[in-house]
Amino acid sequence: MKPAPFDYYAPTTIEEALSLLARYGYDAKALAGGQSLIPMMNFRLAQPSVLIDLNNIPDLFFIRVAQEGGLRLGAMTRHAQVERDPLIAERVPLIFETMPKIATPQIRSRGTFGGSISHADPSAELVTVSVILDGSFRLRSQAGDRWVPAREFFIGMFTTQLEPDELLTEIAFPPLQPRSGWALLEISRRPHDFALVGVAVVVNLDEDHRCHNARIGLLSVGDGPVEAHRAAEALIGQAPTSAAIQAAAEIAAAEDIDPSSDIHASAGYRRQLVKVLTRRALSLAFERASTKPY
Amino acid sequence: MSDLYEVAVTINGKKYQRSVDPRLLLSDFLRHEINLTGTHVGCEHGVCGACTVLFDRQPVRSCLMFAVQANGHEIITVEGLGTQEKLHPLQEAFMEAHGLQCGFCTPGILMTLVPFLESNPEPDESEIRHAISGNLCRCTGYQNIVEAVKLASEKLRT
Amino acid sequence: MPKIIGERIKRNEDPRLLTGEALFVDDVSIPGMLHAAFLRSDYAHAYLRSIDTSAARERPGVVAVITAQDMGDEWQPGPPLVSPPPTVKGVVFHSRPQVPLVKDKVRHAGEAIALVVAESRYIAEDAVEDILVDLDPIDAVVDIEKALHPDAPLVHEDLESNLAAHLIQQRGDYAAARARADVVIKRKIVIDRGAAGAMENRGIVADWDAKSQHLTVWDTTQAPIPIRNGIATRLGLSESQVRVIAPFIGGGFGPKMMMHYPEEILIPWIAVKLGRPVKWIEDRHENFFATTQERTQVHEAEIALTKDGRVLGVSHNFLHDSGAYDPYGLTIPLNTQSHVMGAYDVPNYYSDLKVVFTNKTLTTPIRGAGRPQGIFVIERLLDIAAKELGIDPVEIRMRNFIHPDAFPYQREIIDQAFAPLILDSGNYKPVLEKAATMIGYDRFVKEEGPRLRAEGRHVGIGLVSFIETTGVGPYEGARITVEASGKIRVATGVGTQGQGHFTSFAQIVAEQLGVGVEDVHVSTGDTSEFHWGTGTFASRGAVVAGNAIHASALAVRYKILKLASKVLEAPEEELELEDGQVRVADIPNMSISLGELALLANPLRGAVEPGTEPGLEATAYFGPQYGAAAFGVHAMILEVDPETMMVEIKRYVVVEDCGTILNPMILEGQIHGGVAMGIGNAFYERLVFDENGQLLNASLADYLIPTASEVPRIEVGHEETRSPLNPLGTKGAGEAGTIPVPALFAQALENALPDLNLEILEMPLSPNRLFELVQEKERDK
Repeated sequence: MKPAPFDYYAPTTIEEALSLLARYGYDAKALAGGQSLIPMMNFRLAQPSVLIDLNNIPDLFFIRVAQEGGLRLGAMTRHAQVERDPLIAERVPLIFETMPKIATPQIRSRGTFGGSISHADPSAELVTVSVILDGSFRLRSQAGDRWVPAREFFIGMFTTQLEPDELLTEIAFPPLQPRSGWALLEISRRPHDFALVGVAVVVNLDEDHRCHNARIGLLSVGDGPVEAHRAAEALIGQAPTSAAIQAAAEIAAAEDIDPSSDIHASAGYRRQLVKVLTRRALSLAFERASTKPY
Repeated sequence: MSDLYEVAVTINGKKYQRSVDPRLLLSDFLRHEINLTGTHVGCEHGVCGACTVLFDRQPVRSCLMFAVQANGHEIITVEGLGTQEKLHPLQEAFMEAHGLQCGFCTPGILMTLVPFLESNPEPDESEIRHAISGNLCRCTGYQNIVEAVKLASEKLRT
Repeated sequence: MPKIIGERIKRNEDPRLLTGEALFVDDVSIPGMLHAAFLRSDYAHAYLRSIDTSAARERPGVVAVITAQDMGDEWQPGPPLVSPPPTVKGVVFHSRPQVPLVKDKVRHAGEAIALVVAESRYIAEDAVEDILVDLDPIDAVVDIEKALHPDAPLVHEDLESNLAAHLIQQRGDYAAARARADVVIKRKIVIDRGAAGAMENRGIVADWDAKSQHLTVWDTTQAPIPIRNGIATRLGLSESQVRVIAPFIGGGFGPKMMMHYPEEILIPWIAVKLGRPVKWIEDRHENFFATTQERTQVHEAEIALTKDGRVLGVSHNFLHDSGAYDPYGLTIPLNTQSHVMGAYDVPNYYSDLKVVFTNKTLTTPIRGAGRPQGIFVIERLLDIAAKELGIDPVEIRMRNFIHPDAFPYQREIIDQAFAPLILDSGNYKPVLEKAATMIGYDRFVKEEGPRLRAEGRHVGIGLVSFIETTGVGPYEGARITVEASGKIRVATGVGTQGQGHFTSFAQIVAEQLGVGVEDVHVSTGDTSEFHWGTGTFASRGAVVAGNAIHASALAVRYKILKLASKVLEAPEEELELEDGQVRVADIPNMSISLGELALLANPLRGAVEPGTEPGLEATAYFGPQYGAAAFGVHAMILEVDPETMMVEIKRYVVVEDCGTILNPMILEGQIHGGVAMGIGNAFYERLVFDENGQLLNASLADYLIPTASEVPRIEVGHEETRSPLNPLGTKGAGEAGTIPVPALFAQALENALPDLNLEILEMPLSPNRLFELVQEKERDK
C-alpha cells in the first residue's frame, strides 16, 4: 500500500497553483488535507502523475465574517480550526455542530473544508450541509473566477462543476434568518464511519411560528447530496406539530429518495433511517427555532 | 523516478535534513529514514490510528501525509514523550492501569491523548472514549485505556 | 514464601512498549536489505494461462521476480500443519495444503502469483503492476451450502467433490433419546466469517549469512520453533543453521499460528538465493486476503428434552468452511464438536461434520476457534427450549450443568488433539450465581425490565454459560538460569503477542526463587534461546509453558538450596529464599546472595563434583495429560432503538473460572479484549463475499472492528476451581472473553424485543440485518 510515483509541486500562491493546474490539467490532482486522496493513492486506486500541494498557500487559510453578515472560509481551512472557531459557532451553528461528527480528531487536524467539498463524497457531512445552508463556492482558474451555488456545484458521485484547471479557493455562507433552527443527525456504525444515513436540517419560522422555510439535506442516499424537497414543501406554512413533522418525514423517505443498497445498509433500511432521522432532526430544529435567538 | 526533495524537519526537538522521494509517506520516513520505529503502521488508510504523531502539536495520521510535506514543521513521536527510566505521566498511567497488551497501537493512542488531555484536562469517560475512537486496539477492549487516561488526568493535574 | 502468584503486578515489558523501543518485525533494519511485494490474484477462482514478468524485471531497482515456474523443483505445497485425525473410525480427510505461489489455478482472491524483490517496497509495488498475468476466471465456490452440490465447480479438480473431510462423532444413542423426549427443537443456525484483525499485520525478515552459513528470520509468528524446523527442512539446512525470532508481536489471535504461510517459506528462500536480507511486511489490504480467517459454519441442530427441561440429547449436522486449502486439519470443527454440549450433562450426542473447500481465504483458528459456534448452537437451542417450556433461561442452565462430583467428566468424543475429551474439573453453579448477582438478574427480570418496558424502552437482559477447552499438549519447556548478577533469566519456546508472559512467567519464578518480579528476565520466541516447544495457541501459554517454568523453577530452587546448605552449613529445610538472598531462618546475618551462589556454582578453578552440574540452571518440560476446561458465565443488558436497530450495551458482566489466577490484572485484560472481539463477532465484523468470491470490505473502513465507543465497561468476577492436571492448577483464559458473546447478544436482543418473538439464529448481525429480520417477522404477523 504505497502510492505510485508522481511529480510534486508546492506552490505558495494561488496564482502559482492556478498556473500549475493550467499546465497539467487532468494529469494533476490538487492535494488539500489529503485525508481522502492519500488513502486512495495508498491503495493505488488513484495514481495522479502530478500533485499540487496547497498546504503552503497562506491565502487559502482563513475564516472571516462576510459583509452581509455571513461567513467566508478559505478552502484550506482545516476541520480542526473550523471546529474550534467561535465565529463558526456563532454564525453557522449547524457547521459547528457538524464538525465533531466528521471522521476522527486526527483526520480533522489535517482535513480541509475545501478538500471535503471538492472531493464530493455523497456521505460527507459538509457537502450536504453546504447545500442546505445555501453555501457557495469560489472557483478560480487562470481563465476566470466564478461563484457557484452549492446546490449546483455537486453533479454526482465524486463529481462537481470544477474544471481540471479550476481550484476551489473560498466558501461562503449567508447569515441565518431569524427564528432559524438546525440539526444534523446521523446513524453510523462507529463514530468515525461514514453515516449509513445522515439528515441535516435548517428550518425557519415565521412570526406566527409556522414553518416559513425548511431545507432537508440527506447524506448517503444518492450519488450526491440529496435534498428532500417534497418533504420540505409539505412543511411550509404548517405549524411544526409532531403530526406535520411525521408526515414530512414519511414523504422524505417515500418520495424524495431513491437510495441504493450496499454491504452496510439495504435501500429499505436506508429509507427507514431517513424517515426516523428526518423526524428527529426536524423536531430538534423546530424546537431550536422557537427557543434560540436566531 | 521522480526527483528528490529536500526536507528539513524538527522531530522530538532535533533537526533533521533529508532528501526524499515525494511519494514517501511520513510514517515510512519516520520509521525507516529517521529510524524512529515507535510510530507503528497498521492500515495505511487512515483508520487504525497506530501511526498517529503530533504535527505542529496536532495529532495526525502519519500514513496520510507525505514526508515532503513536513518540511519546515515540527513533529513529536512517542520517542519524544518519556524514557524507559523516566516515563511521561501518561505512559506511567498506562503501565499502572494495564492500558496496553501487545503495545502495537499504544504509541498512536498516546500521541492522540497528549493533545486531548492538554485541551481537556478533566475528561469524563464518554469524552475519553470518543477521543480514542479513531484508534483501534484489538487487545484491551479499551477499558484499561480509559482507566489509564483517568489516572493520567489526575497525575497531570497534580 | 511471599505470595507473588495471583498478585496484580505491573508488567515488565511495558516500559519498552510505551516508549516505542520494543522491537517489532517491521523495525528490523539490516544494511543492504531488500523489500518484497506480491502480485496477488484479483479473481477467486481462475486458471493461470500465462504470466509475463519481463517489464517488472527491467524496472530499475528490481532485483528479482519469481513465479511458480521460476521455483522449479523447489515449488512444493504445504507442509500441512496438523495431520488428519487418526482416531475416529470412518473419517474422510483430503489433505490439500497451501502452495507457495499459484502454479496452474488460483483458488482464492488474493492468492500470491508472483514475488517481487526490489530496493524498496515502493519500487516492488510498482513492479507488481508491471506484471502481465492472464487469468481465466471460472465460477467460484462461495456458499458452503452449495459447495457439495453435484454441479458445483471444484476447488481441487483431482477430488470428486468439494468435500474436504467427513467425520461423525457420537455418544450414547441420540435417536433413542429423541424418541422418548417430550420436546424436540430443531433449528438451522448460520455463522459467517470474520477476520482476526491484529493491529500488526504479518511480516518476515530473513537474513542469510553466507560466511557462517546461518539464516536468521524475524517472523510475526505465534510458533517460532515449528517455523524454524519447517524452514530448515524446506531449505535443506540443519535446524541449528536457522534461528527464528518472534520479537514483540502486535497481536496474534490465532492466524499467526498458521504455518507455514507461503511467505514464511518464500522470503527465507529468496534471501538465501539472493544472498541479501529481504523484508516482507504484509499491508492491511493483503491481510484481508493472505491472512487466515474463521467462523463460517451452517448447522442443522436439534435438542431433545424432557418437559422439565432436562436435556436428553443434542444432534447436529454441520458444514464447516475450510477455504481453499486445509493445512490446519480439523482443529476448528473438532473444537465446535467439543463445545456443542456446552457446560451441560448431555448423555446422547450425534454430530455429522462435513468440511468443504471454497474459493475463499483459508480458515484457521481465531480466538475462540470453533468454540463460539458450538456455544452459539447449544445456548440458542437451550433458549428456544426454555421459551417453549416456560422455564427461565437461567433455570434451564442450572438444571443441566455437569454436577461438580462428575469431574473428571468424560464426553466420549475426541477433542482437537484427537484425544478423548475429558473436562478435568469444574463447579459451575457458583459461577452462574455470582454472574446473576452481579448483573442483578432477578431484580431486572422482576422490576427493572418491566418498568423500563412500561416507559417504552426496549431493554433486554441475557445470561449464558460456556466452557473453554484450554491448555492442550503436547508440551512446552523452559530453562531458568541464576546469573552472577543475581538476576534470573528464563527462556521458553512459546511466542508472546501481548499476553503479559514477561510478567506472569516471571511471577511464577519469582515466587519460587524469592526474587523480585522485575529481576526475572523472560525470553520468549527466540529459537537460539530455547528450541523445544510448539507455540502460543489454544489458550495454553499460561498452562503449558507456565507449568514448565514452574517445574524448572522448582529444579533451580532445589539446586540453590543444596548448594546454599553446603555454603551456609545449615540444613536445607532451615533455609529461606527471599529478597534475592538465601537465609538461614531466624539467623538474619547467615545469608548469601543468589548472585554469589551462582558464582560459586560456576567456579573458574577447582573441580565440579561428579554427579553435579555447573551453574544454578535447570531445564524442565511440562506436558498435560489432556486439556484443562475453563468455565464462565457472561451476562449483559442492552437497549435497542427499535426504529434504527442500533444497539447499546448498557452493562456487561463476566464471571470466569480459569483455575489458579497468575495475575488478575492480566487476566481481566485478556477478558476485556476477548469480549470486545466477541462484540465484533456479534454485531460488527463480517467479511462480505460476493458470488464471485470477491471480498467486498477489504479495508478497516468497511470491516468494522469495534472502537472504544462500541465496547462497554466490562465487570469481571472470578471463581477459582483448580485444574488437577498441572501443579499450578491453571486453566487457559485467552479465548474465554470471545466465546459466548454472540450467544449472549442473541439472547439479550430477543429479550429486548419480546413482542416480536424474534429468533436470532445467525451471526454476525448488524442493524441492517436486524431490521430485515424484524421486517420478516412483521410480514409474517
